[in-house]
Amino acid sequence: MTIQFKDESFRGDFSYANSPSNIPRFPFPFPEDEYMYSTNIEPHHAARAGSPFENAFDVDEHYVAEMKDRALVLAEDPGRCQALPHMETAGWDFVELVMVSKARDYPDLFKLTIDGDRWHWINKPLQIDDTFTFGDSSTLPCHPMEYIGRQVQGDHAILDQRDGNLWLDAGIITAQADWSLDFDVGMNFFEWHAPVPLAHELGVFQRALKFLLTLPQGQPSRRLNWTLTVNPRLDTSPENYPKWGPDRMTVTPENIGEKVHLRVELQTFWRLPRSNAILFPIRTYLMAMNEVVTQPKWARRIHRVMRDLRPELVEYKGLSRYHPILVEWLSQFDDGAPTSPGIFPD
Amino acid sequence: MSESIIEESILSRPTYGTLKIVPGLAHYFLADASGAECVIRVVQELPRDMMEKVHILYVPTPGEAALITSLYAVGAKRFEHFPTIEEAVAKLGDWLSDAKMGTQLYLAGTEGLVGQGVAKGEECGLDHTAVQCEHRGSLARRVQCVHCKTMIEDVTTQPVKCPSCELLLFVRDHYSRRLAAFQGVCINAEDPTEEIEIKEVFK
Repeated sequence: MTIQFKDESFRGDFSYANSPSNIPRFPFPFPEDEYMYSTNIEPHHAARAGSPFENAFDVDEHYVAEMKDRALVLAEDPGRCQALPHMETAGWDFVELVMVSKARDYPDLFKLTIDGDRWHWINKPLQIDDTFTFGDSSTLPCHPMEYIGRQVQGDHAILDQRDGNLWLDAGIITAQADWSLDFDVGMNFFEWHAPVPLAHELGVFQRALKFLLTLPQGQPSRRLNWTLTVNPRLDTSPENYPKWGPDRMTVTPENIGEKVHLRVELQTFWRLPRSNAILFPIRTYLMAMNEVVTQPKWARRIHRVMRDLRPELVEYKGLSRYHPILVEWLSQFDDGAPTSPGIFPD
Repeated sequence: MSESIIEESILSRPTYGTLKIVPGLAHYFLADASGAECVIRVVQELPRDMMEKVHILYVPTPGEAALITSLYAVGAKRFEHFPTIEEAVAKLGDWLSDAKMGTQLYLAGTEGLVGQGVAKGEECGLDHTAVQCEHRGSLARRVQCVHCKTMIEDVTTQPVKCPSCELLLFVRDHYSRRLAAFQGVCINAEDPTEEIEIKEVFK
């Protein structure tokens, strides 16, 4: 398999777009015609060749451009990457998991040679060729979490487990849907989810925590989460809200198909072997509404989901300003025909 | 001063109890003027020989002396007062760096003082079960501007203008124990021309 990596931007001229062949593999987040929170966790098994669920850490045509955007964010705001002092071992667990998985799943792109604790890592797309001593952070240019976090798509949080809870004690977070690592680092599972409406009352977080506390090694899980973003901007952090907030004022019926993007997070959960922490990758996929509606099933379904979305969620997800015109625009693609179950296009 | 009532809120927003002496090898107190009477209340109930284990830090209101006299009079092993919360919390850190297992920490007063005491206790390795908090006095909030990271003390209005980046911040209930602060996020980022009335709400 050869991937043509795109030269594109997630800011400024927003040249990001999906190739026609990349559209059907988008992780469309709605298995039904209506949406409400649920603890929608399933095993992270290899599923469907070519889908983003085929490999442990999906690499797609946006890999190189996303890593460039991450480097820009970290240069502007080093606080997007933080680890409390007890999280170094977990950082090495993260290095191992990503290197072993990528070298196995994409042998033409990544190569790992292990000789005792001497590791040799080659990342061809990013032109990295490094040798280091596993477990010795002085042999890397930075904290192990940052080192590997700069080479894997998606934000990564690492959750320490103690006192029957999970603690957000480390993370490299540059493509977040409006939450601040700098503010939330050190919080427990309920605290960092505190601002989410409705879900606490539904018991979603209690169930999710119970599940995650007993997550076994070697049996990762996944779920999808979603929001909408105006322009294909990865960095929608609260820190930079004054930069991206005004974008929401720019949506019109004429430009809505290219401006409004479905933003999907493929969240996976991995028990780490040495630290007993949980690695929590939050991989973001962006697709313009014009691209979504090229798949007739998705076009019908997203209209129905948006039309019937609970007002609290419209508000929480920040859609209020353009939600009515989006529903109106999407209605032209919905002929009322039934849709097949599941997320994959017909 | 009456006990303050904090309305039910989101799960990251701290709630507070009432100070009560628990068994321990050393008892450290940090209070401001609003919380001084809590310290006096619990320490006065201790037997005389326990006072060897009591250490008190105090942040008076400028110009106030009566409570300093009362706190001094309880006869703690150590009593020191500082003009700012920051200095008192730094001193607490010095004291706790020599503390042993069995240390108890008691915090009383405004939310800014209590929050910074909790953060210092955590930083010094005290288990959260060894820290007690009683909230007294104003509901003024300590707020971190999420945009420029400035800490704004004694915020009583909604929204509040960041003195550093000058953005108008909505003060959320989302609270960080590590920072001992509520989160402030620009309230009119989407439409900066929007006029928003500033109201006194955290009294």
